[in-house]
Amino acid sequence: MSAPGAATGSLERPTLPWGGLRLGVVRIEVRRLLRNRRTLIFTMVVPTLFFLIFGLNSTYANVRVGVGNTSSEVLISMALYGAILATTTGGAMVSIERAAGWSRQLRITPLTPVAYVVTKMLTALVLGAASVAIVYVVGGITGKPAMPMWVWVVTALAVWVGSLLFAAFGLFLGYLLPSENVMQVIGFVLMLLCFGGGLFIPLSQFSHPLRTMAAYTPLYGLNELVHDPLSQQPFAWTWVANLVVWMAVFVVGAAWRFRRDTARV
Amino acid sequence: MRGVRKRFGAVEAVAGVDLRVRAGEVVAYLGPNGAGKTTTIDMILGLARPTTGSVRVFGMDPHDAVRRGLVSAVLQNGGLLKDLTVRETLDYVSLLFPRCRPVPEVMERAGIAGIATRRVGRCSGGEQQRLRFAMALLPDPDLLILDEPTQGMDVEGRRDFWAAIRHDASAGRTVMFATHYLEEADAYADRIVLLRKGEVVADGTAAQVKAMAAGRTVRATVPGADPAALRSLLRTEVEVRGETVIVHTADADAVARTLLNETAAHDLEITARGLEEAFVALTSASAAPEPEPDTEPAGARA
Repeated sequence: MSAPGAATGSLERPTLPWGGLRLGVVRIEVRRLLRNRRTLIFTMVVPTLFFLIFGLNSTYANVRVGVGNTSSEVLISMALYGAILATTTGGAMVSIERAAGWSRQLRITPLTPVAYVVTKMLTALVLGAASVAIVYVVGGITGKPAMPMWVWVVTALAVWVGSLLFAAFGLFLGYLLPSENVMQVIGFVLMLLCFGGGLFIPLSQFSHPLRTMAAYTPLYGLNELVHDPLSQQPFAWTWVANLVVWMAVFVVGAAWRFRRDTARV
Repeated sequence: MRGVRKRFGAVEAVAGVDLRVRAGEVVAYLGPNGAGKTTTIDMILGLARPTTGSVRVFGMDPHDAVRRGLVSAVLQNGGLLKDLTVRETLDYVSLLFPRCRPVPEVMERAGIAGIATRRVGRCSGGEQQRLRFAMALLPDPDLLILDEPTQGMDVEGRRDFWAAIRHDASAGRTVMFATHYLEEADAYADRIVLLRKGEVVADGTAAQVKAMAAGRTVRATVPGADPAALRSLLRTEVEVRGETVIVHTADADAVARTLLNETAAHDLEITARGLEEAFVALTSASAAPEPEPDTEPAGARA
């Protein structure tokens, strides 16, 4: 019985760099997300539909905004909406995976918890990129949004990179909420945050006290920042402050829950 | 030294287990629910840390052994993503290991090559369990741990599963499995470790443990029974209640002969216990018999 057979190799086995972070895994994760019809509809179809409904309305679509028009302003808002839905969903997948016991299964592989979280972030970013791309491509096809080429490119990139904030938010929620209900919660919370950030209705149309409150919600700073190349408003440090503070809240929150989760061992 | 060496004395679930598994052994970890089987396995895998004592796997920290792919496990229930296919699940896990057996080969071994494109959520319990087994085979581990691998399977599923394990076992890998099916331990293990309330109550070959568990009970009335004297006379554990002497033994004839010849015993009776009944007695009763002192604790080993 003790004869070393094919299975007993050397105890010195190689280990993977980067704690086992693999792009192939990201590919499988993305495929898995895209297979989910709900995810597909909420992150790709709904934002595009919203643009088609609100971005093409001829009563205001051609009204001038900064270096472009209102249609392009709506385009950026809807791309941001889709991107944060995508990244939040991507991050919150940890909730489902914990419930399914998959996280526990992964703990008996060489994958480190940090590499796992980074995998989730990258997956969320790929999904976010797809969402932004679809909204922008459809927007371009309609021919309504008018803005200089560089604004198309810069705003698309800004929306995409900025959506990383919500990957952290999704991770935080995913570690906080234990069940599959997390997706419903996300849909509702994000909708509220989008109103607060002025994605659906310009904040200038809010009453004064509401507008003041809205400036403290997590999407306010990001929304103003990604629209700035188009609107060309005077830059305000309060946008950055809003973004940085909420980023810190989400990252610290996610890290806190993550540590609790892995310390339970 | 190759093999698992663990020594810890945790409160509650596992109350001081000393165990050393040698390379190439197939060890059954047998006990009723709540005996501490899963807790022990979690500690070997680094999923839980012992309160006191230490667990070493191939002489290293469990985490290091896992990271090197030396140890893998089929865990109880869960641990699968329903929306991946069988093939994708294995591809996913295979990417995480630096050295890996080819996915098609592993599917063949586990008997799931035919369902590679099926969603995990659509697989039967037995198929999911064989998928877990395939996942555990990917790193080609030196130590394979199975936690209640056939729980909830029907008879056919169990047979297929063990056939797949046996098909693979010729490689000389060390296997440790937890179970509460006595027959499974009997049929597939070289060595059985019997656990009760977090303590090892028996450790030996299947035959040795079975002899212990399937022994008979000798009961007699001995006027002025002296527990210590009887214990040294019979060279086994003796239960004395007033003048009633109760001995659980594998060799009832010898005990009866000694009692009748060398003591004033009368009203002697011998009762046999069924295998299951004996196992239950050994693992659940608060006053279960101790292992006989002359039972070799070591397992079957070449």
